Amino acid sequence: METLNNLFLIIADAIRSLFADPHSVWANLTMDVINFIIVVVIVVLAALILILLERKIAGWTSQRPGPNRLGPRGWFQTIADALKLMGKEDVTPAGADKFIFKIAPMIIFCLPMMTLAVIPYGRKMAPINLDLGIFYFVAISSISTLAFVMAGWGSNNKYSLLGGMRAVAQMVSYEIPLLFSLLGVVMITQSFNLGVIVEAQASIPFVILQPLAFVIFIIAGLAELNRAPFDLVEADQEVVAGPFTEYTGLRWGLFFLGEYGNMTALSALAATVFLGGWQGPAILPGYVWFFMKVGVIIFFMMWVRWTFPRIRIDHLMHLAWKVLLPLSILNILLTGLGIYIYRFVMGG
Amino acid sequence: MSIKETEELILNMGPQHPSMHGLFRMVVHLEGETITKLEPKIGYLHRGMEKLAESRTYAQFIPYTDRLDYLASPHNNWAYVQTVEKLMGVEIPERAEYLRVIFGELARIASHQVMIASTALDMAGWSAWSYAFRDRERICDMYEMTAGSRLTVNIMRIGGMSAEPPEEFWPALKSFLDDTPEMLEEYYGIFFGNEIALGRLKNVGILSKEMAENLSITGPVLRASGVNYDVRKAEPYSIYDRFDFKVPVRTGCDSYDRTIIRMDEIVESIKIIKQAVRDIPEGPVMAKVPKVIKPPAGEVYHRVENPKGELGFYIVSDGTTKPSRVRIRPATFINLQMLPIVALGWKIQDVVAIFATLDAVLGEVDK
Repeated sequence: METLNNLFLIIADAIRSLFADPHSVWANLTMDVINFIIVVVIVVLAALILILLERKIAGWTSQRPGPNRLGPRGWFQTIADALKLMGKEDVTPAGADKFIFKIAPMIIFCLPMMTLAVIPYGRKMAPINLDLGIFYFVAISSISTLAFVMAGWGSNNKYSLLGGMRAVAQMVSYEIPLLFSLLGVVMITQSFNLGVIVEAQASIPFVILQPLAFVIFIIAGLAELNRAPFDLVEADQEVVAGPFTEYTGLRWGLFFLGEYGNMTALSALAATVFLGGWQGPAILPGYVWFFMKVGVIIFFMMWVRWTFPRIRIDHLMHLAWKVLLPLSILNILLTGLGIYIYRFVMGG
Repeated sequence: MSIKETEELILNMGPQHPSMHGLFRMVVHLEGETITKLEPKIGYLHRGMEKLAESRTYAQFIPYTDRLDYLASPHNNWAYVQTVEKLMGVEIPERAEYLRVIFGELARIASHQVMIASTALDMAGWSAWSYAFRDRERICDMYEMTAGSRLTVNIMRIGGMSAEPPEEFWPALKSFLDDTPEMLEEYYGIFFGNEIALGRLKNVGILSKEMAENLSITGPVLRASGVNYDVRKAEPYSIYDRFDFKVPVRTGCDSYDRTIIRMDEIVESIKIIKQAVRDIPEGPVMAKVPKVIKPPAGEVYHRVENPKGELGFYIVSDGTTKPSRVRIRPATFINLQMLPIVALGWKIQDVVAIFATLDAVLGEVDK
């Protein structure tokens, strides 16, 4: 069991030991490259699996089979779709701002790789162990707003522009409760480091100490990801596909990959901060626990998407500024009081 | 410091747009996302139905009426054949009348299910959409058993029905009627009970009683504005005077009431069908009408309560086998007049919802 739990660490040590000095610059560089490749593989694999899973869950909630033609139970559907996307013509609209138009999908695709790099997948298994982990994560993921605006503006399409406008309004509003909901955990652990936060949850996951923060985080996270019921940015019934309207082929595919990558990243953060990350009964290796927790959150997000209608745009703003923000500030206050009382009682 | 003038954004929604039902196009003038002006543009599906009728015999025009409001095709058949029967003075057999009521009310349920489904879909309620379509499928099956087709059924003839429903029709109908309460419960659960859906629909797109009357709106849209008017009660045609049913009226005047009133109407339709199944007599389904239909010269107007409002046919006959002039009074074309007025000041999102609650079928609007 211990071997299985530390499987990846043992492999990493084995690779390091190939070098004359296991901690030389070259050994570190090699490990960084390998870590990077692993993160890329996680993003692409997650997207491949999640797209199919989403369609299967959509089928399940709306009482139909979902994709079921290609391969066993339709499991090869995403691969076929990806191949089809690669074969599509790459159209750049005549009136588009070409540089901005082309760079936007690349930005959105890079973000999940950057954010997933600081997540601890198991004990000592964070590709990059960053002391400002949470801070870095939120800062990087908020760049996606910029990518949406670039796509919306660069396409030179009115629907795209409206979608881009919505993206700014929505994502900037929801960033604040999202960040505030994480502060309670930071106050308890006195650390921004995700590894330290997971270690602190050995006995009790923070979802029990911070239930309000968890709920706020999931709601604000859905809005931050533009997932239904907050998918106003790409609301097809209103603005066709929002910023993605003019994109074709693989560029559109990159947006899609980015969307699912971001979803994985945010679910990974939620699992790490609130559900105890890789902590779990020792019957399974830590990384298996971690991915199971991520899976549960992703399933919840998909379930919500296919069940709920889309929220009204003014209600969206009300929810962010009049409900979630005061609640998250209240949560910080309560956490502070709790810590103060705890210290007082413990005589600290 | 100078303040920059903001520009008005003119957005062309449709005819190819995910939320436009059929080939509807609206040009919206936007201030941010708020609508300052809305111009509906119609006619993309214009086939010249009324002119086509002039070069067809009376019986040949029945399939064309299927293509008016294609979500409730038996009702269009009914309106047209009854108009011709009125012109000819034909009495049709009792059994045919009952069958017409059964199919007409089934069509009403199917049409309202599509309306609920598409309203939910216009708000991204995907599952609610497939729930309603799943149940409508059973009505389509019943059409198929009797008429052979599922959407444009062409089920009525001048003088009666095209066919007697087969044996398996009656058990299918019974099980459908029995399952309906559970079905409606599911729609409430997944859509009407949802806080977000209520937020999207309640107090949105107010169509006041006066405005509705002045625009000569008919059907559920009018009744949701608090006017108790239904052709089935106001001027009972066929055998509607024999049935015990209520006309649901709501006074909310908003998108929510325009949607939920269809649920009430489904309940009433179920009641009517149950009574019709109970009372239906044995006998032929077709009256003895001449092979060549040659109504006497004259003119006639007849109207029925289509699921979407009042559907009227005006026929002028010159005594030949072909009508001299046919004029159709479509329900949704006239109901659509409210859109530019009611939509003002709402966001794009809400206009999509308001348009959905009108339940416009472009086959009928454009004729």
